[in-house]
Amino acid sequence: MSEKFDVIVVGAGPAGTSCAYTCAKNGLRVLQIERGEYPGSKNVMGGVLYRKQMEEIIPEFWKEAPLERPIVEQRFWMMDKESVVTFGYKGLEWGVEPFNNFTVLRAPFDQWFAKKGVEQGVLLITETVVLECIVEDGKVIGVRTDRPNGEVYADVVVLADGVNSLLGKQLGYHNEFRPDEVALTVMEVINLPKGKINDRFNLEDNQGCTIELFGDSTKGNLGTAFIYTNKESINIGVGTTLSSMIKAKLKPYDLLDYLKTHSMVRPLIEGGESAEYLAHLIPEGGYHSVPKVAGDGVLLVGDAAQLVNAIHREGSNMAMSSGKMAAETIIEAKNRNDFSASSLNLYREKLYDSFIIKDLEKYKDAAHTFENNPQYFNDYVPMMNRAASKFFTVDGTPKREKQKEIMRSITGERGTFKVIQDVYRAWKAVK
Amino acid sequence: MHIVVCVKQVPDTKIIKINPKTNTLDRRSAPAILNPYDAHAVQEAVKIIKMVGGGTISVLSMGPPQATEVIKKSIEIGADKGYLISDRAFAGADTLATSYALSKALERISKEEPIDLVICGLHAIDGDTGQVGPGIARRLDIPPVTNVIEVSELNEKEKTILLKRKIANGYQLIQADYPCLLTVGKEINEIEYSPLPNMIKAARYEPVIWTVNDLENVNRPQLGLKGSPTIVGKMFTPPKPEGGMKLEGNSDEQVKQLIELLTDKQDLFFTHVN
Repeated sequence: MSEKFDVIVVGAGPAGTSCAYTCAKNGLRVLQIERGEYPGSKNVMGGVLYRKQMEEIIPEFWKEAPLERPIVEQRFWMMDKESVVTFGYKGLEWGVEPFNNFTVLRAPFDQWFAKKGVEQGVLLITETVVLECIVEDGKVIGVRTDRPNGEVYADVVVLADGVNSLLGKQLGYHNEFRPDEVALTVMEVINLPKGKINDRFNLEDNQGCTIELFGDSTKGNLGTAFIYTNKESINIGVGTTLSSMIKAKLKPYDLLDYLKTHSMVRPLIEGGESAEYLAHLIPEGGYHSVPKVAGDGVLLVGDAAQLVNAIHREGSNMAMSSGKMAAETIIEAKNRNDFSASSLNLYREKLYDSFIIKDLEKYKDAAHTFENNPQYFNDYVPMMNRAASKFFTVDGTPKREKQKEIMRSITGERGTFKVIQDVYRAWKAVK
Repeated sequence: MHIVVCVKQVPDTKIIKINPKTNTLDRRSAPAILNPYDAHAVQEAVKIIKMVGGGTISVLSMGPPQATEVIKKSIEIGADKGYLISDRAFAGADTLATSYALSKALERISKEEPIDLVICGLHAIDGDTGQVGPGIARRLDIPPVTNVIEVSELNEKEKTILLKRKIANGYQLIQADYPCLLTVGKEINEIEYSPLPNMIKAARYEPVIWTVNDLENVNRPQLGLKGSPTIVGKMFTPPKPEGGMKLEGNSDEQVKQLIELLTDKQDLFFTHVN
């Protein structure tokens, strides 16, 4: 029989590596299997790394991790065709220790993170695809890879194999996505000199800025676009649910081209050289889509467990925390020498007791509400733009009259009752 | 049977950028990989050991500590052991000093287990000289056979090896006595998809690392920059080819044009061998 480990972790993204790292640090024998050429070669996200959850795994990681810029400013843009209403916050307290969030490029960051795991004793192998879990009497006892003599065994197999989690599907833990449960995001990394980025975004060398764009950035479809500043490049991307794309007959790359040439966006990226083009599915089903996360000898973490908060674009932090919780569960199970479903179910309890499921529960109907009520993106964002334009245009009309006119035009367009209903519905969805 | 394969960590020249001002390689722009020819050398060693029914494959490399990565890669392909010689004294070596240092390391390895074959890649993709292999053979006083494309037979009793070697207009069959040194190109074999146990072994493997003090009878002035008479006069990016033409029209028209071209200007496309 092939070698047996305490834990096999499938995947070397934030969830898998957090789990592998924590297990190895506590003396467990861990094999981590990654299909890409190196950790991070297949991994995609917008580019924001959250400090808090990363720090819980590696304290003061910012002193050595390959980060881009600490984010000192978050902007929100409500875009119309030729205008934008902006809102944001910039605070220098985010630019000093312990920082708030960082922009990162995933390829170098994930490699660094995985290397930290290896330093703790994780055996990491790459370019190896796990084809299936080996199941015996209903219990997962190992994995079968695509390599010759490719079976390997463990007390617990952790599935950190990402959004599509083929292994999770094979086990019957979750089903194929419905088109409204998943968003397709396409993004580009655009190289720009440091000085140009600093000038265009009003930043200094070690300051970063994020912009979330709503409204016309997705041609009014349910979704958002983003622009994040790295040291010498910009991440720009846009994502909408598959169902909106199907409904509006949109192609994702057309949407990204539309965004890049939008009059409000173009000046920010002008003259840049496109360095990378990436696409990724993002699980946005939220609370209702979370599958069974623990079984006999198996746990699901990160995207594989559909742990993404679409409203706050949080995912990597949930991945890391879930990986850590899985590791803690395995360590306790090892002490009891019991890897049954009931023993490993402690992971589910931890997850449901944490910010992860609490946040997903809070927004459990939000995506649904916004999807079924396109007026939020289609009508209100342009309305806001028209209202702002009207209010700030100096044309001799008294301001009070302008306010009245604006209110009239809003309630006039949708009707007073409808507006009240929309406000209530939105509040209910995110309360 | 003990085979030692010499391997080198090189920048991936498919990706590497050349600084247009200084004409030097920007080594940070490309990941470091196992020299592709050396991968075939390790694979051939695996094949030979399988052919003779057993033995040991050691790999040897010279370089900074991160060169352990290419030794691990060789373990994935099927090597049993790895040695890295790593010391500031070796730094800045050209092919002369490199082959000297490697031959000293090979002498040390042969004391642990006598060496029957040394296999090197045809050349490294960063330097492209192909001198280190023959340089080692000369210093160890064993015959070098370059550009081997097939190892046909190995007679352990007679200590002979039958080789096919690529030459300008065909190939040559050679029977050599071993110990000898072979250099191999890419056509000698296909790199096999490594079995999982090799992958796990490689992830766990820590090669033996020797400094200059671990080697015996070393004449220090022959090492590193001091032992390297090579002077790089000039480096340049090859000019982009000029001229040429693009065929236009639909595929039928293009094929017709191409046939006309091929028949009209035969001397451009075919070399006549008399």
